Amino acid sequence: MKFVSGAILSVSLLAGFLAVVPARAEDPPSPTPTPAACEVPDYLLSGDNVLPKVAEVIKAGAPLNILVVGSRSSTINVGAGANASEAAAYPGQLQAALKAKLPSNEVNVSIEIQPKKTAEEVASGLSKLVESKKPTLVIWQTGTVDAMRSVDPDDFRTAVDEGVVALRDAGTDVILLNPQYSPRTESMISASPYLDNMRVVAQDHEVPLFDRFALMKTWSESGEFDLFTAVHGAELAKRVHNCLGRALSEFIMAAAHPKPAQEN
Amino acid sequence: MTSVADQISGPPLAAEAGVVAREALLAQPGAPAIARPVAAERELRLDLFRGLALWLIFIDHLPQNLLTWLTIRNYGFSDATEIFIFISGYTASFVYGRAMRDAGFVVATARILRRVWQIYVAHVFLFTIFLAEISYVATSFENPLYTEEMGIMDFLKEPDVTIVQALLLRFRPVNMDVLPLYIVLMLFLPVILWLMRRSADLTLGLSVLLYAATWEFDLYLSAYPNGFWAFNPFAWQLLFVFGAWCAQGGAQRMSRILASPITLWICFAYLLFAFLVTLTWYVPQLSHFMPRRLEQWMYPISKTDLDVLRFAHFLALAAITVRFLPKDWPGLKSPWLRPLILCGQHSLEIFCLGVFLAFAGHFVLAELSGGTGLHFIISISGILIMSAAAWLFSWYKHSADKSGSKAKATSGNADLAGGGA
Repeated sequence: MKFVSGAILSVSLLAGFLAVVPARAEDPPSPTPTPAACEVPDYLLSGDNVLPKVAEVIKAGAPLNILVVGSRSSTINVGAGANASEAAAYPGQLQAALKAKLPSNEVNVSIEIQPKKTAEEVASGLSKLVESKKPTLVIWQTGTVDAMRSVDPDDFRTAVDEGVVALRDAGTDVILLNPQYSPRTESMISASPYLDNMRVVAQDHEVPLFDRFALMKTWSESGEFDLFTAVHGAELAKRVHNCLGRALSEFIMAAAHPKPAQEN
Repeated sequence: MTSVADQISGPPLAAEAGVVAREALLAQPGAPAIARPVAAERELRLDLFRGLALWLIFIDHLPQNLLTWLTIRNYGFSDATEIFIFISGYTASFVYGRAMRDAGFVVATARILRRVWQIYVAHVFLFTIFLAEISYVATSFENPLYTEEMGIMDFLKEPDVTIVQALLLRFRPVNMDVLPLYIVLMLFLPVILWLMRRSADLTLGLSVLLYAATWEFDLYLSAYPNGFWAFNPFAWQLLFVFGAWCAQGGAQRMSRILASPITLWICFAYLLFAFLVTLTWYVPQLSHFMPRRLEQWMYPISKTDLDVLRFAHFLALAAITVRFLPKDWPGLKSPWLRPLILCGQHSLEIFCLGVFLAFAGHFVLAELSGGTGLHFIISISGILIMSAAAWLFSWYKHSADKSGSKAKATSGNADLAGGGA
């Protein structure tokens, strides 16, 4: 009994440290998407898994072609034309951020949105996609549709597994990107089995996993963004996608430049 | 650590064996020492831990907050659901097993089915509240960030199909999975009890076989619109039957194993292992220390199919609890634990109330866009409301018992004594 209560205490303390949350009041609305601070814990941006092909391309100064394959949560509708919407979503923001980081490379981020498709439905078409678009890196955003349809988590894992293998075989680097943190629908969509299984696949194949869920949750808890809000405007969505795009660019840079290489 | 355990392991060993023996005497079919006034012989530990499970389920259903760190799922593999299902199996078997012996198979079955009906009605009631909640969210919430996630509301376009599927228990929103599982398990209780009266060990063996078959042949129940039951009854029946088996004298037969120091240390070691593994989930910096081999073997730990790791974790927790918390522990009578025990004694009502309060809590948090403080207040007030309601139920039961005819009280009491078995 003593042991358990001690354990509870120590973890509560740990948790306290991890979640130091000065609940900030709502950010004042701004007319243009001013870059939010959106601080990102280091551990969410660095992992053991690397992107060798991206590293090669960057080193050679060759064009870096990135393909984002995803569902509707890889887009936002800002209501100002398709181009503006595309630029505001995280893939567009990623492109802008990477361009700034890699002045000597040409950076192209293209998107392939397959709304309402489960991982299984997307996985079968992945190798063809890579054949036609020849990207260096595929960012595969998945899990949301599967969670909404409560697909069997085992089937989901198999599908993601097959997709990753197909992408690897087609000769690209892969990043897995998991569902959004969505507090309003938390009582209706159970994301955790899908998050867990994506983590498992990422570990099995040593593929970097961009933990969008944890990231957005961190922002929500720190008061950075009020994700509970029922606002009808696009402002919040724009700022979140801006932060996601920038975080993703740092994540890619970190995975393309593993630490030992930097020290050389 | 060692010294503490050594000190304790002496005397309680004998005391524990005595307690278990007495318990078994009560549960053994045909034992002459069965006491009629059930309330006096209530096993308060069961009520206590079922009450605790109900509180923890409520907290786990709320969005993550400070109190979430107090729930056991953060310290190991199993969570409150295991406790709830095990204790339900134990009490159901205890109460209806006696009914089957005293009044026969048909009468006991009829009483079990009445109970199933009550749980079913409770489930439909909760579903109605759920529908109201999400219909509200669907009409009032338009955040462009979550256009995709809002697709979950699509079923509202076909209310006829959805409602029929909900009545068939095939459409079950998140957080509403426990009652359908409970309904299915209770439906099979007459068969389980009938078998147990022939051979309790054989029944447990069959249950283990079914569990193994579930894993081997991937048995599951499908759900609507697609997917599967989040708690697979083919797997979770193991806990329920195990609880029933313990109530039918299994606990006594295990007493020697439970009293052995080896068991104790295995349990502690396993709990420590589970704790360390769980720690790596919450402190990702530590995940480097996890051997990859172990990770590949262990993950994912399935809740749907009641992973063996989860079951073992529950067993370890239960073994240690039984060991260090004797049946006649005076604390069980303390007013501080009274709210927990009361909640455990009215488990169905309090469970439903908890699910409702969790919905309401979500709603308040969303409307007031509250921070950590509000989360905390909501959790605490939820627990207070649950305790107050439990107190009210027990007050009502007592006054109803007093005014009701005395002849009726004996037969009516068995159901209530199950504390919502």
